[in-house]
Amino acid sequence: MVDITHYLVLSTIVFSIGVVGVLTRRNVIIILMSIELMLNSVNLNLVAFSDQLQDPSGQVFAIFVITVAAAEAAVGLGIIIALFRNKETVNVDEIDLMRG
Amino acid sequence: MDINYTAILPEIMLSLVGICIMLLIPFVPRERQTHLGYLALAGIVLAFFGVAMGWGQTDLAFSEMIFQDDFGQFSKIFFLFVSTVILLISMNYLEQEKLFQGEFFVLLLFATVGMLFMATSADLIMTFLGLEVLSISTYILAGFKERERKSSEAAWKYFLLGAFSTAFLLYGIAFVYGATGSTKYLQIAEAIQASPDYSLILFVGLGLMMVGFGFKVALAPFHAWTPDVYEGAPIPITALLAVASKGAALLALVRILYQVFPDLSQQWQAILWPMAVMTMAIGNIAALTQSNIKRMLAYSSIAHAGYLLVGLTAHNPLATQGILFYLVAYAFMTLGALIVVQIVGRREEQHTTIEDYNGIGYRYPFLGIALSVFLISLAGIPATAGFMGKLFVFSAAVQSQMYGLVVIALVTSAIGLYYYLRVIVSMYMGEFKTEKIPITISMPLRIILTLLVLGTLYLGILPGSLLNLAEEAASF
Repeated sequence: MVDITHYLVLSTIVFSIGVVGVLTRRNVIIILMSIELMLNSVNLNLVAFSDQLQDPSGQVFAIFVITVAAAEAAVGLGIIIALFRNKETVNVDEIDLMRG
Repeated sequence: MDINYTAILPEIMLSLVGICIMLLIPFVPRERQTHLGYLALAGIVLAFFGVAMGWGQTDLAFSEMIFQDDFGQFSKIFFLFVSTVILLISMNYLEQEKLFQGEFFVLLLFATVGMLFMATSADLIMTFLGLEVLSISTYILAGFKERERKSSEAAWKYFLLGAFSTAFLLYGIAFVYGATGSTKYLQIAEAIQASPDYSLILFVGLGLMMVGFGFKVALAPFHAWTPDVYEGAPIPITALLAVASKGAALLALVRILYQVFPDLSQQWQAILWPMAVMTMAIGNIAALTQSNIKRMLAYSSIAHAGYLLVGLTAHNPLATQGILFYLVAYAFMTLGALIVVQIVGRREEQHTTIEDYNGIGYRYPFLGIALSVFLISLAGIPATAGFMGKLFVFSAAVQSQMYGLVVIALVTSAIGLYYYLRVIVSMYMGEFKTEKIPITISMPLRIILTLLVLGTLYLGILPGSLLNLAEEAASF
């Protein structure tokens, strides 16, 4: 029997991979993919809770998250293209005009 | 199923006008797109009427998704006011910088819709959607000068940390949903009240949500993106981020902490207390060494978020009232200061260091007086709006017996005096350099600046009328 804990552990692992990816990777595209991974672990959580609680609003929420993640990825890629046109790089360490 | 359209009438108006402008963009030649700005202005005016139509009504509309209450109406008026000012100053700016105009207005309207939804949402799904509508629009707006490296870099940094923090917020929301079985504010509050043995999942959820909101409000230690993004973004968008985006996230946080988690106040106060101290200290100390005025104002906005957080930590009715008052005062002085920065910056924002302000006070007395009033108010000197705001927020904290926090707040705001007065000193005592491009102030900007100066002084001397409005709005 697969109970809720299994889903939570899986989603925590996926979320952590995403966080580590954002913090350690230097390629902007891979960073974007890592953020998608984090959002998808949220979906996993929402659907698992929704199933456990027998309440549909978690699944509705997951669909909203997917939609918004798509919009966010589109804008993110647009920004990367604008950035690449101004400075031919996809390495975050070279995006350093302003330092704070 | 109750559908009460008056609860979201302003949002409907803004969205419809936004879509209309989007459809009109291809048919309007680029040099005449300023007219679309007037159309956007008409949309905001319609939204004001929309708020007026629902004035005073209280309701829980769209199957408990949207609150219609005084707090919501107050916030809506506030955000619509900020958007109006930003729209008016950006029309000037876009023409001067030769940027796309129609798209800018559309995104500004959509960002406003997001803010309004955040301030009135009664459901975590709605809060998330409002936040994302606001964030995605502002990601694009931050990078609007698409040929300039600084602006693209600002957009990237804002997008990266924004999306990263959204993931934390969502992860937190998922846990809160799992622990309480609902995404609706009132049902979550009931569930927490009904079972006083709180689960670990609930605490983790609350903590992660605070991380998410901490990024959006730019609280330390999640403030690192702020100076870079504020420096690189076009000035009207810096104003939008500093006032409206921060305000929307803060008001959503007020509602969530005070309405959803009032029973966990001890726990979240324990998190907010050190965050408030760090935010005030980092904001004020880092601002001391800045040479770019946009960056200095970015750190100053972090410091002000810290003062607002002092009020939030206090958790009493006076605190809500103080936060609402402070937010309006903060909007007046920050918008005003940034408008002066835009005027002095001239083409391509070439003049944004503090040295560029040398001698401006005598050469351009109007700008000198205006900027002095705004900076004195930001520093919190009596007879200005900033002083009154601080007074109310800090007295709320005293009422909750948080003396330590208030002492730290006072010490850090004393440090803040230095960097605000430094600009005034260089304006009046620095030596004026002859300039290649003279400073010109267009009529609309002159009128807005005058009104903001008068507003800042009025709220500082006679705060009663706004305070009464805030008091009504503070009762959830």
